[in-house]
Formats: sequence, C-alpha cells, structure tokens
Amino acid sequence: MTESADRSDRRPSPDALLAAAERDGRGRLKIFLGAAPGVGKTYAMLEAAHRLKKEGLDVVIGVIETHGRTETEALVAGLDMLPRRVVDYRGRRLDEFDLDAALARKPRLILIDEMAHSNVAGARHPKRYQDVEELLAAGIDVYSTLNVQHLESLNDVVAKITRVRVRETLPDDILERADEIELVDLTPQDLIKRLREGKVYVEGQAQRAVAHFFQPGNITALRELALRRVAERVDEQMLDYMRQHAIVNPWPAGERLLACVGPDEDAVEVVRATRRLADQLHAPWTAVYVEMPGHYRLNQAARDRIAEALRLAEQLDGEAVTMPARDLVEGLLAYARERHMTQIVIGRRRTSWLRRLFGRSLVEALLRESGEIALHIVPLGDGKRGRASRLSLPLPLWTSYAWSASYVVLAVMGARLIDTVVPLPSPAAFFLIAVVLAAVRHGLLPSIMASLLSFAAYNFFFIAPLYTFTIAEGHEVVSLGLFLVAAILVSGLAARARDQAEDARRRMKIQGALYDFSRKLATTVGFDDLLWACCYQVATAVQGQAVLLLGDKDNLRIAGAYPPEDDLDPADWTAARWAFAHGEPAGHGSATLPTRDWRFEPMKTSRGIVGVVGFRKANGPAALDPSGARTIAALIDQAAVALERGQLEGEIAEARVLAASEKLRHALLSSISHDLRTPLATIIGALSSLKLPGEALDAKARAELMDTAEEEALRLNRFVGNLLDMTRLEAGMLTLKRDWVAVNELFAGAAARAKRVLGGRELRLDAAESLPLLRVDFILMEQVLFNLIDNASKYSPASSPVRLSARRDGDGLVIEVTDRGQGIPAADLARVFDKFHRIEAGDRQIAGTGLGLAVCKGIVEAHGGTIRALSPGPSGDGSLIEIRLPLETAPPAPHEHAA
Amino acid sequence: MTNPEKGPTRVLVVDDEPQIRRFLKPSLAAQGYEMIEAASGAEALARAADASPQVILLDLGLPDMDGIAVIRNLREWTETPIVVLSVRSREGDKVAALDAGADDYVEKPFAMGELLARLRAALRHRLRQGGEVPVFRSGDLAVDLARREVTKGGEVVKLSPKEYDLLRLLVQHAGKVVTQRQLLEQVWGPAHLEDTQYLRVYVGQLRQKLGDDATHPALILTEPGVGYRLVAES
Repeated sequence: MTESADRSDRRPSPDALLAAAERDGRGRLKIFLGAAPGVGKTYAMLEAAHRLKKEGLDVVIGVIETHGRTETEALVAGLDMLPRRVVDYRGRRLDEFDLDAALARKPRLILIDEMAHSNVAGARHPKRYQDVEELLAAGIDVYSTLNVQHLESLNDVVAKITRVRVRETLPDDILERADEIELVDLTPQDLIKRLREGKVYVEGQAQRAVAHFFQPGNITALRELALRRVAERVDEQMLDYMRQHAIVNPWPAGERLLACVGPDEDAVEVVRATRRLADQLHAPWTAVYVEMPGHYRLNQAARDRIAEALRLAEQLDGEAVTMPARDLVEGLLAYARERHMTQIVIGRRRTSWLRRLFGRSLVEALLRESGEIALHIVPLGDGKRGRASRLSLPLPLWTSYAWSASYVVLAVMGARLIDTVVPLPSPAAFFLIAVVLAAVRHGLLPSIMASLLSFAAYNFFFIAPLYTFTIAEGHEVVSLGLFLVAAILVSGLAARARDQAEDARRRMKIQGALYDFSRKLATTVGFDDLLWACCYQVATAVQGQAVLLLGDKDNLRIAGAYPPEDDLDPADWTAARWAFAHGEPAGHGSATLPTRDWRFEPMKTSRGIVGVVGFRKANGPAALDPSGARTIAALIDQAAVALERGQLEGEIAEARVLAASEKLRHALLSSISHDLRTPLATIIGALSSLKLPGEALDAKARAELMDTAEEEALRLNRFVGNLLDMTRLEAGMLTLKRDWVAVNELFAGAAARAKRVLGGRELRLDAAESLPLLRVDFILMEQVLFNLIDNASKYSPASSPVRLSARRDGDGLVIEVTDRGQGIPAADLARVFDKFHRIEAGDRQIAGTGLGLAVCKGIVEAHGGTIRALSPGPSGDGSLIEIRLPLETAPPAPHEHAA
Repeated sequence: MTNPEKGPTRVLVVDDEPQIRRFLKPSLAAQGYEMIEAASGAEALARAADASPQVILLDLGLPDMDGIAVIRNLREWTETPIVVLSVRSREGDKVAALDAGADDYVEKPFAMGELLARLRAALRHRLRQGGEVPVFRSGDLAVDLARREVTKGGEVVKLSPKEYDLLRLLVQHAGKVVTQRQLLEQVWGPAHLEDTQYLRVYVGQLRQKLGDDATHPALILTEPGVGYRLVAES
C-alpha cells in the first residue's frame, strides 16, 4: 500500500478509500501473530474456529501442523479438514495444502497454519501466503498463523538477535492487509518451560540452534518486536481511519526515500533498512539500480542479485526502478532531484585502510554533491562476501588475457624487427599500441595486465643491460616508470571508451529492435500479421520462442507464435491464465510458477489486459537481465497498444457491418410487409368478391377481378424470385451456368416475359444479327433485362416506349435500357442499385421491392460486367441503364456448304 | 380432351403438395381429364402401373425420391408421356428430366392455359408415335420429311444439311421442347455436346431463312437454358 503522495490534501485520500473498497468482496484475514514457535498460535486459532463453528459458520481446516501435540490434535478433531494433496518431491511424498480443492469447496472460513511456509517446487505459488492471497481474493475468510521473525523487513534484525537466519519470509504488507491481528503472547519463562516439556516443535533446526534461539534474551527481543509490530499496526489503523475521514493531522513532512541498490550481496539489506525507515517516516520510497556501462560485464549471479533486490523492494511496497546513467553519483542524484527525494539510503561496509586511502568511496562522493538531500548510511558487514563477489564480477575470460599477452609479444617482435632496419630511440609506442588494443578489445583488466607485461618486456628486451630486469641508467628508470603510468592511464581511458561504445551499441540494438517493430507494425495489414510481428519481435529479442495468447479468462488460446507452436504444457497454461487473470507476470522469475521455463507477461492497455505474451530462451528459461527485460517490456507495451488498436479497428468494422445489416434488416422487413401484403390483399379481396353470392357482379367485373388477382399473384411471384436471387447472390450460392447466348434470343426471352409488366408500353428491341455471342448465364441475364424493363415501365408513363438495345464497344458488349419517364434524381444515381433503395415519388409509392436493380447489379458483376444508371437519358428525359459485359471469342461452327 | 379409344384422358398428377392437387382436380376435370393422384414417388410408380394413365404430370421435388429417378424407373417399362413440374431457377433439373426421358416441362407457378397446352402437345406426340407424319405444317411452313423439302409460303427454302437436320429434329418433336444436348448430339455428334455456340448460329440462320424474327420468334422458340421448341399449333 503505497502512501498517497499528496499528504496535505484534506480530502479523504483516494488510496485509503480504495483500500477500504477493495476489501469489500474480498475475504477477511485474521493473523495469529506470535513472537516464537510454541507460543500457542495454532491452538488459539483452532479455539477461535470452534467458537465460530458453534455459531454455525462453515469452517474448514485447510492445513494444520499439530506436530503431535495432543491438545492441538483434540481441537482439530471437531472440524472439517480438506484432504491434503500428496506431492512427489524428489522421491519423498509430501502432504501439501490443496489450493484448488479449497477454492472449489469455498467455505466461509478456512484455517491455514504457518503462513510463511514455502510450497513444494512446482506448486502454483512458491509461498503459502500467496495461496492465502488467492483465497482472500476468492472471497474466503482466512485464519492464519505467523511468527514475527518471518516478516521480510525484520529478517535481518531477527538474524542479528538470534544468529539464526530464517529463510521463509513474507512481505510485511500481509500484516497490514490483515483485517485483524491477534497477538498470541507467552512470557519467555513460560515458553522455555514448554520447550523443556517437549511441547515446542521447531522444524528443521539443529538442536543447538534451537537451544540458542530460545534464550530468554532472544525471546524477550522477539516478543518486543512482535508487540511493536502489532502496536504499529494499531497506529496505522488509526491513520487509515483518519485519512478516510479526512481528519486533519500534522502529517510527517513529505519525506521520500531512495534506496541505492548495487550488485553486492547486501543490497537486500539496504532495501530492508529503507523499508523500515520509510515505515517510521510514513514515507514513500523507491529502490533504484543505476545501470552503468560496466553493467554488461557483470556476471549472472550479480545480475540476479540486483533483480532480487529490486523485486524485494516491490514486495515491500517500494517502487523499483532501473535507471541507465554513465556515472553512479551523477545518475543517482539526478534521479533523486527529479523525483524530489529527501533522503538517499546507501550501505557502507567497513573498509580496509588501503581502500580508504585510494578509493573514492560512494559515500564521500555523494556527501560532496548531495546538497539538500540527506544521506542515510546503513552500516553493513565487513564486506568479505561482498568483496569476493565484486572481484568475480567483471572477471574476463582467460582468453582475453592470452590475447592481450599476444599483443605484447607482437609489439616486442615488431619493435625488434624495425630496430634492425632503423634504430628506434624507444619502443614505447609499440607497447602502447598493444595496451590500447587490449583495452579496446578485452577491457580494463586484460589491458592493465598488458601494461605490466609491456613494462617487463620493455625492461627485458630494450633497456641495457639487455635480457635482464636490471636497469643500468637512471634516466631509463624514469622513462620506464613514465611508460607504466602512461600505459595504465591509456588502458583506463580506452577501456572506458570501449564500455561506452559497447553500451551505445546495446542501446542501439534495443532502439533498433523497437524501431524495427514499430515500422513492421505500421506496415501490417491484417490482424494475423500483427500477431505474427509481435511474436517474431519478442522471439528475436529473447533469442528464443514467443507465444501470444488472446481470449478471455476461461478461454485463452494461442493466437500467434514464433517459431510456430500450438500448445503449451498444462503448467505453462496455468501460468499464462494466471498472468491474464491477475495482470501480473507469471512463470520464470515471477512469484507464480517460477520454476517454469516460460515467462508470461500480461499485455496491459488502457482498456485492461488484452492478452498475454509468453517467451523463453531457445535452450532454457526466460532469464533476462534488466536491459533485456526493459526491451521486452517496451516491445510488449508496443505490441499491446498495436493489438488494442487492431482489436478496436475490428470492433469498429464489426459495429459498422452490424449497423448496416441492422438497417438492411429493417428495410427488408418493411419491404416484405409492404410488398407481400399489398398483392396478397388484392388477391384475397378479388377472390372473396368473386365468391360473393348472387349476381352482384357482371361478367366484365368478374373478368376484371380475376385479371387483377392473377396480375398481383404474378407480381408476388416476381418479388419472391428477386428475394431468392438476392439471397443466393449474398450467400455466394449463385453459380453461373455460362453458355453461349445470342443477344437477340436474350432480348426475345426478356420481352416475352415482360409482356405483362409493360402494360401496353411499346418495347423497342434493337440488336443486330451480327452481334457476337455472349458467354453468360441465360436465365440470370434474362432476369436482369426483365428487371430493367420492369423498372423502366414502373417509372415511365404508359404512352412512352421502353428501348432495349445492344452494341459492340471495343472488346465488350453494351446493353442499354432506356425509358422516357421521370428519370432518376442525380442524388439517387449512385444508390439506385442499393438493396431496398427506392426513389421517393411524392405521395405515390410505386409498387416495387427495391430489390430488382440490386439483383441486376449482383448478376452483372458476377459476370465480370458493370452496370450504371444515367439520367436524363439520350433524349433528354427519362433514364438509361447501361450494362457492359466482356466478350469472349466463340470457336466457330465447322464450315459446310449448303446442300 | 377425350381419348378416341375410351372416354376421358386419365392424367396422373404426382405432387406432394395437396393444395396443388386440390386446385388441379376441378380445373383438369373441367377440361375433360380424369385426374389420378399420387403424393410420393413410390405411389406414383404404383399408380402408373395399376391405373395406366395416358399422361403423367410429375413434380420433381418429391419427399421420398428424386423426380429424375422416378422418370428413369417409368421409362424402363412405359412410354407414357411425362410432363415435369419445375421451378424457374432449377433449369438444370429440367434438362436432366428431359434427358432422362421426360417429354416436356412446365414452370411453377404456371397458368392453367400453359399447362393444358403442354399436356396436349405431349399427348399428340404420343398419338403420332406409331407412324411419322411425312409432311409437317405450321402456318405457311411445310416440311416434307420424306422428300427433305422445306417450303415457306409455297417457295422452297434452301437449307444446308446441318440446318435441315436441326429443323427435322425440331419437327419430329414439334410442340415439345428439345434439349440442347439432344440437338447437338444428333446433329453434330456426341463430341460436340458443349458447343452450344453452333446451335445459336444455326438457329439464327434457320430463323432468318424461315422468316422468323429472332427478337419476336413465332416459330422456333428459345427455352432459356434448356433448348428449343418448334411451335406446332397455329
């Protein structure tokens, strides 16, 4: 729980309100806190559980360690217990808490003993407290037990008091997140008495260590720690309350702490100290690692230590930052000033007089330049471990030394060779070249070695007396001494230049990768390409495999992978789903399933988690150094944004289609209701009139009625036909049965069918016998012409003719249907071929379906042709519909002579 | 229509939709037909055997079996003319039915007049089966099959051998549709079943020589997607 930055604000702090709100829906956590094992935490917890059970609460034991204590076992007996999960671990059968069974059982309250317990490798979470978190998140109340020495920030203190280091730690905030803490207290005398009676079981501790641990002094100290933590908690609860209710309070000044993390083993101690300090000051804090050019020469163990320290900082509710800079002091101070840090916490170990004499220590440098920022120095151990590890850090390969030595040998040989031709006053330049070469190619240490070697060789081969390490003349001593100083200076400078160049190159690589990626993203067209590009880029960056998973919580699927991959191990699936559901990394190096090779990072955007990216190295786990992790993080961020954009585009397109089809459905409904009902009404009306008894109707009227009914029935038939054609066109089910067709036969067919719809209008057909044959579907093309004639007659006066003509135009054939009617308004010209589009004709609704022309367009286009409307037509009125069809050459009939 | 041999003509109507049979019954009776009904393919085959109809009106969409299969089965043992009921968009079915041995087709929905004309043509053709009519007349066109002579308004029309073969085939099936496949196979041979462009060209030439306006044909009618029909009545 990070403190709100703005403490002077009198409104209730949003963080405080949020924390309170978050608790709703979550399970409640009660911790039975003890100063040491054996004080009776488990017993107290069970007693409390029994009380609740008596009240009718659904209580289940998740996991309880009775250690054979009879009074505890007696209490267990009365409660439901979840069966343990039996796990095979390196040949041993271990009983483990079954988290999934607990989640499935979903009791009101579950008892989880020993919250600091570490789970067996391969379990979902490495630590039991993470199981507890998941139970709480699922809305299950949890009772748990904890000894104070397991708290992360007290770990060092406890180790110092008791000289026993506890490995199983858990973050302090679990204590703060507990809704209730019950301190189970026992006086040291009573505890030691219980120990003697054999009532205390301490797992995995040697007897002597146990004896040492349970010294009255230790227990008193631990008891004080426990009491203090509980007291602090009470204090925090009060603060929380005050914040929620906006009670003005002289808040401590806005302190901000910065912990400086290095590759040393005691970096974690600095982090813990900062956390303690920050707690007392109620100040937000940040742990920063300043990544200097030399970072890339650190070995894996050192990088892991940095990562561990930063992770610890995050666990302890600090912020963890990696910051690139050329100089440690400069970088640290720049960051501190920029973020208005008030205190910098650094570790200082006891150093030897030699180091004090020569070394410019970080502390001194900071003291000189920190200005208004206070320094808080944490005394550390004697640094033996630290120094050993430091020496091992930038240790270059022996081959580097071999190469460097060979440069010196070459320098000797070169100088001797030249010396035989032209006498050389001094071979120093040759050796300097060797030193610079060693520095540039292999770094500082090999080049210093080369300097020393050169110094010796210079003396041995070039200074009289030759081939001895003695020096005859005084000035030679001076020049040799000067040479050594120059060589070491040069190697330092050259090595630094090399580091910077290498650093720049790495940065270029990262930036290059990002640039590449954004360029690739810019050019991807489809969503699939996008997925592929993301996977490819991540896989290239980690030099291994990458998968991209999309979907929802219950249905996550592999959407892309590079190299192609279509499944993951069940455990990796679990990690991926976890990462997706919780929005936090899972798998390698994370808190969830850390033993897997794959690591899964959620892709977060403003809209939430869009997917998960999983990756691993080609031949092993997805271990990344901070800069690699930064590259990946940047790539994933970019991919997430691109993916979100892609999804949004898809959604917009979908919405558009949906809106369009909605409109279409609406049009279809109105069309059907109008166009089906009208003819049906006429038919039913006419037929029922005919059925009327008596001779009310004369023969002429009867004939009229019958004609009307028949005509309307035919119209209905046409409508259904068009509807069917349209449906087939849209469903892609319209297969063309192409055949050679003579244009005049086509015209004849359409004219014959159109006789009724023409309603007395003259239909002029104009198709020369000499026109080439068309290769079209006769029936469909005839339908097109029929629809056009039908349409033309609908929109033109009964006295005006309709003209159907065909002519050859280049390598195509043009068919035109012309009428002399009201024409088409310019605004409608482009839309007349749209489905259900009808031209508004004042108050006169022309009977039609709005489908005829759309069907025409569909059929003509299926033939590879085009159709368009022109208005007014060639005679200055009406309209012209022009169809253009491609022509194919028909193989001619075999020649024959007339008989 | 009455049969010269024995009373009214029996027509077997095969359609699974009762409304169609319901409206056909009085309409056909009014025209002097006696209607026998069948609602499925199996029933149709049984009724065709036991009621010996003179003409069969067969709907291609039957619930129990394919209409084409019914035609093939019937054609194994009877020459009774078959008129098929089909829908416009399924011209493939019509052609298949005709090639399987059906005599003609009527598109659903149909006008009663059209149906009656088709039935008459089918029956006439059957009557004529015994001996070929040597001279065919339609309007002022006369085709003397025995002498291979075609006259139009008394004047001899000179036709090429293929044109004559084409016309002869249409004359032999006058009033009935002849499929493109049948025409191509018999005039140009089985190797030219796909060369419909020959047909378009020769029908065009024939129409020209016989004075039939291609855009308003009165003699050789085009059946879209199916074939040609020579008008028999005038």
